[in-house]
Amino acid sequence: MISKNKIKSLLSRPEFSALAIFLFLLILFTFSNDRFLNSRNFMVILSTYPELALVALGITILMISGEFDLSVGSVFAVSPIVTMILISDHELHYVASILIGLLAAASIGFINAVVTIKFKIPSFIATLGMLFMARSIAVVISGGFPPSVPKDLPTEWLVGRVDMFRVSIFWLIGIALICNYVLKKTNFGNWIFATGENPKAAQDLGINTFKVKATCFVLCSILAGFAGIIQSFRIKTVITSLGQGLELQAIASAVVGGASLMGGIGSAFGALIGTLLLSIIDNILILSRVDGNWFKFAVGALIVIAVILNTVTKNTADKIRLKDDE
Amino acid sequence: MTNNSNIELLKCSQLNKWYGNLHALKDVDLTINKGEVIGLIGDNGAGKSTLIKIICGVHNLDKGEIFFEGNKIKIKNPKTAMNLGIETIHQYNTMFQEMSIARNVFIGREPKKFGLKSLGILDEKKMNIESMQAIKEVGLDLRSPHIPVKELSGGERQGVSIARSMYFKSKMLILDEPTNHLSVKETLKVLEYVKSLSSMGISSIFISHNLYHIHEIADRIVGMARGEKVCDMNKSETTVNELIKLIG
Repeated sequence: MISKNKIKSLLSRPEFSALAIFLFLLILFTFSNDRFLNSRNFMVILSTYPELALVALGITILMISGEFDLSVGSVFAVSPIVTMILISDHELHYVASILIGLLAAASIGFINAVVTIKFKIPSFIATLGMLFMARSIAVVISGGFPPSVPKDLPTEWLVGRVDMFRVSIFWLIGIALICNYVLKKTNFGNWIFATGENPKAAQDLGINTFKVKATCFVLCSILAGFAGIIQSFRIKTVITSLGQGLELQAIASAVVGGASLMGGIGSAFGALIGTLLLSIIDNILILSRVDGNWFKFAVGALIVIAVILNTVTKNTADKIRLKDDE
Repeated sequence: MTNNSNIELLKCSQLNKWYGNLHALKDVDLTINKGEVIGLIGDNGAGKSTLIKIICGVHNLDKGEIFFEGNKIKIKNPKTAMNLGIETIHQYNTMFQEMSIARNVFIGREPKKFGLKSLGILDEKKMNIESMQAIKEVGLDLRSPHIPVKELSGGERQGVSIARSMYFKSKMLILDEPTNHLSVKETLKVLEYVKSLSSMGISSIFISHNLYHIHEIADRIVGMARGEKVCDMNKSETTVNELIKLIG
């Protein structure tokens, strides 16, 4: 019975399929390309990974609450541009500048929340509008040419190298652990799942679903903004096209990691695994010198396969009946 | 226990509700005493659901007054109603399929190990133990508090939602068509349960299309039609056939 119980709970996990595909590809890639499994290559994968994973994490939590955000790619540009303008043009302290950059992201998230929930507009439409507006703001406030990152700006605490890693990976792990804890062990986490699965019932049982969803929207935007700041610190430059197209990759990572578009299902760990899958596929295509355009094909195929596998494992888990006498 | 049926618990006076141009509730008065079982009957669209949705805080009333235990109150949202001790088992499904039984019982009112204001860390041990106790008390035997609700039968789910409203020691329970989709055996269980509420001094409003069920368990029967109250009488004053004529 114990083993059956364990199998059932393992299969029920939203990130199970992604983890299975990940392990499969890890083995496949290791044997198919001898340059894949070495520390130098993983250094390359992991240096950009936290940026996409943070965005996917925010999207995942928002998807659990039953909403969706297409504007994360634009927010990814707005936050670093606001931050750099404050540092370079206004000579504000970099910590204050970053906080204001994140506040700008939070405001965008809050507007998304109000438009979506109070005006009952599907988040797909509301955040599609914001995708254009926020990108436009990014271009306009910087005059098309954002200030360059000052050479003396302390960036070590965010993107410095520690052995084969960048510090940003530790930020990611820390934030993901906190998100995981909040989702699984706090009452607020419980409300996020409840709001996503059955919003009417959640509301009638006394949960303030507006507050829950608004918090998720704001968190999603802040994480996207923070990821943008990390990227601008890493590449030591800000451009207005930063994060363009990122929203679809982040949503793909979230979906591959087991988050459901219907709400109520998903996990922080799933977001990390989903992103890692996309990252290693991107990497193997480069290593194998395959035409870069195949990346989109691979991501598309991955989404479909992962979602099919998710459904199959979930159904299998549901079919395992645990009886008292077993 | 004694049946405190002379002490007034809830009094609604001249309740009115409009949905756009539709006058859904017209000057409805309703009084419920402690430990009393009210059977609320009426055809579809008669205003039963509107009335109970106002009492449980899902809808706000447009005109009228509500008194609870003698005090004039304003039920702004479901939370206010719950804090007063008014629990509701809605007609539609208020279960979260993917969540465990324990989480479903405590949803929105989770016990916390420690927390700031309304937010905090779940006391999962307490949730597991007490949800199972609450479920046992409504006569249900479920294996574990960790089972997701999607694996339960219709009757078991209804049992969990009854356990949910019982756990919080409500003063009044509103049951909106609680026996829909239930088997005969499960229905009898729910009816028995509503009868037992009365002996605990808990009032209830029982809504059903099944007039035989209503006649069996209600102390008083309130009938509605076209948004108005059309009858309010003790069970002894009427028969099922009369009720059928009345609302038919």
